[in-house]
Amino acid sequence: MLDKLQQLGASTIASIQGFGRAALMVFGALWGRPRFIKAWPLYMKQFYVVGVLSLLIIVVSGLFIGMVLALQGYTVLSKFGAEQMLGPLVALSLLRELGPVVTALLFAGRAGSALTAEIGLMKATEQLSGMEMMAVDPLRRVIAPRFWAGVVCMPLLALIFNAVGILGGHLVGVDWLGVDAGGYWSAMQANVDLNEDVLNGVIKSIVFAFVVTVIALHKGFDAVPTSEGISRATTQTVVTASLAVLGFDFVLTAVMFGG
Amino acid sequence: MTTRKLEILVGAFVALAIAALLLLALKVANTGVTGSDQSYKLYAKFDNIGGLKVRSPVKVGGVVVGRVASIQLDPEAFQPVVTLEINSSYSNFPETSSLSILTSGLLGEQYIGLQPGFVDENVEILADGDHIEDTKAAIVLEELIGQFLFNRGNQ
Repeated sequence: MLDKLQQLGASTIASIQGFGRAALMVFGALWGRPRFIKAWPLYMKQFYVVGVLSLLIIVVSGLFIGMVLALQGYTVLSKFGAEQMLGPLVALSLLRELGPVVTALLFAGRAGSALTAEIGLMKATEQLSGMEMMAVDPLRRVIAPRFWAGVVCMPLLALIFNAVGILGGHLVGVDWLGVDAGGYWSAMQANVDLNEDVLNGVIKSIVFAFVVTVIALHKGFDAVPTSEGISRATTQTVVTASLAVLGFDFVLTAVMFGG
Repeated sequence: MTTRKLEILVGAFVALAIAALLLLALKVANTGVTGSDQSYKLYAKFDNIGGLKVRSPVKVGGVVVGRVASIQLDPEAFQPVVTLEINSSYSNFPETSSLSILTSGLLGEQYIGLQPGFVDENVEILADGDHIEDTKAAIVLEELIGQFLFNRGNQ
């Protein structure tokens, strides 16, 4: 009985300490004057790795999710003779929910796991300690560029995902199923609001970007420096980041659209 | 890979994202109240607004000319006061115009129908801040059924 209680206490303390270390890591990486000009090549490298290389999976998934939404939506809407509402259906589901959430999940799998594995391996091969020996702050040199790359690139990827998804919906809805093209766009314009829908979606994806990037960096930075520890940290990144995104999504949706 | 090549690829990525944002902002969403941000306000008191909501359209013969900006309750008369934002390009409605709350389709959303009135030399044109006096309340289905049953009972 007492042992169980102790286990509960220990795991609680460990998770709170994890939060604390993550906060300290982000604080250490961001505190102080940013060195964008001096560290420009480092930042560019991370923007390329995190953003540009994620583009393919985002574009392909966005296209297919838009096409599936249009196909499924059409089946139900045509029963009510409301095919012209296909545009708003596709646009609102993408802008409000699927765009930010699916992008964040894919981003956690594609870029988050890579960040964790890279930093974990740097730690295991004592590159981070080596930097400290040379009076180079690994937080500023390794963590900060990856943090900014993740936080900036993911909202951009979500925007691309939304746009491609809506075009994919157009492809299936208008070119294949024969919904009127003018109706598709005009009903969309009548029902989608710039602040209410587009901006809230962007805010969501910024929050998710922060959450996923911080989890990925923290898991890598905190990994047990063995091959087993790195593999566990990478798995944990994907699992924790996905759960956190879904949890935050519910809270944000309740705040933004629930009232 | 050289920094220059990286920068070009990252630049292309950001440009693509901006293009996506422009598509979403200009083609997908409606910007502003009725397309242009120039608008003027009219006020109207109704007996009952039914299911009218803020941002519901104001239509003249089916054409959207403005939107409902706000709905408040007059604290003395206990009547809802609806503020309408009308696009400035439609600025020549006479003060004899009337408003009625209509429903698009059998189950559709409610909107305000504006019926332009007659014009002669004594009639002024509605301007910013004016009240429209001639209003018809929304038809509430329950009241209609109640009246119908009451009339049947009397017969």
